Amino acid sequence: MASIVAVIASTHHPFYYRASTSTGADRPPFADEWTRKILAFRETLTRANPDVLVMVGSDHFHQLWLDNMPQFLVGKAPVYDANWYNEEREFGLPRMTLKGQEDLSSHILRAGLDEGFDLAFSNELRIDHSITCPIITLRPEADLPIVPIYTNIFAPPLPRPTRFVDLGVAIRKIIEEWPSHLRVAVIGTGHLSLELGGPRQFGPHGPDPAFDERAVAWIANGDLDGCLREVTLDSLHAPGNATHGFMDFMLMMGVAGAGAKADYVDTFDLFHTMEAYFTWYPNGAPA
Amino acid sequence: MSKYLLNKFLFTVDRDPELVERYREDPRELVTWWESTVANSLLNCHSGEASTWLEFTPAERDALIERDHVRLFEMGAHPFLTLTLFIAVFERDNTEPLEYQKAYGAALSGFSLPYPDIAT
Repeated sequence: MASIVAVIASTHHPFYYRASTSTGADRPPFADEWTRKILAFRETLTRANPDVLVMVGSDHFHQLWLDNMPQFLVGKAPVYDANWYNEEREFGLPRMTLKGQEDLSSHILRAGLDEGFDLAFSNELRIDHSITCPIITLRPEADLPIVPIYTNIFAPPLPRPTRFVDLGVAIRKIIEEWPSHLRVAVIGTGHLSLELGGPRQFGPHGPDPAFDERAVAWIANGDLDGCLREVTLDSLHAPGNATHGFMDFMLMMGVAGAGAKADYVDTFDLFHTMEAYFTWYPNGAPA
Repeated sequence: MSKYLLNKFLFTVDRDPELVERYREDPRELVTWWESTVANSLLNCHSGEASTWLEFTPAERDALIERDHVRLFEMGAHPFLTLTLFIAVFERDNTEPLEYQKAYGAALSGFSLPYPDIAT
């Protein structure tokens, strides 16, 4: 059976690539500290020595659109082209190509359907920054095959938070039942409090630092019960109009398991958001 | 009111560099052309098939022509779509970092929770 050697959750700030590669007067004052934190975070994946990456993210109206919007979609393709014209335009993100792991995609789709999740699939999926940002931060070599899983945190009606947690629990079980000797890392990206296109956007900090503090504690401590007591689809509007992306963090808490404390936790307060990085080692920390 | 069609406009223009430039240079021309040629096209579908019933209300058409992001927000257009397209159109005029983005948020300061419903 396959082994899950790391579970990783992080934010996916699209400006990291530009900030970390800029030089001279173009380099923002926070770039060096941000880069230091990312290099330490990257080491948590490198040490786990994975063979394949299952990557949870959210399409930003790039390939998925309101005429056929899935709630949860699994990519099943041999190759994934990545990033889009408007991401090059706004964030300077590079075009990328990532290998797929179709056997694991097939297994997740079959077993996921049998677990009660009506997963959509795609044989030609161009992925965007919710999945390429963690490649850039955690595995810039982009040398490992991936299985992308997209969630809808963006286009109401959304699945409720418990559904994300339940899917995370199922993904853990499904991967561990995969008849393979490969080492799998599960990486998911979401948001803490975030406002985009609203009156609270681009402030000196995220729109709700108090929510961020509670959210980081829920994730770090694996406190799913505490989190689910406070977080609902309705309540997630209060910390910012894009905060529903927090449900992808909740999905990753489901993968890590209730009560599982993260082995690695770090945060970085940026000008309009709190970056957050978490790693769990289900089989113990690698030497 | 068609929040779906507003979003479809923002979505299709944002992903096309030529349309972004046309929207910057002559929004009335672009909105008029788009409604007559693209609004009813089925995206990702072979040609010859189209919807028959999609059109803007006068208020929606005006808001797009006037590039009035406050009114679009009020109408329930998806804020991510509006923001990303309008950054493409206006950010290049910034004289300091995030100047347009901050002004964009400030122009919405009259809104408090709950924000307009974005469900389509």
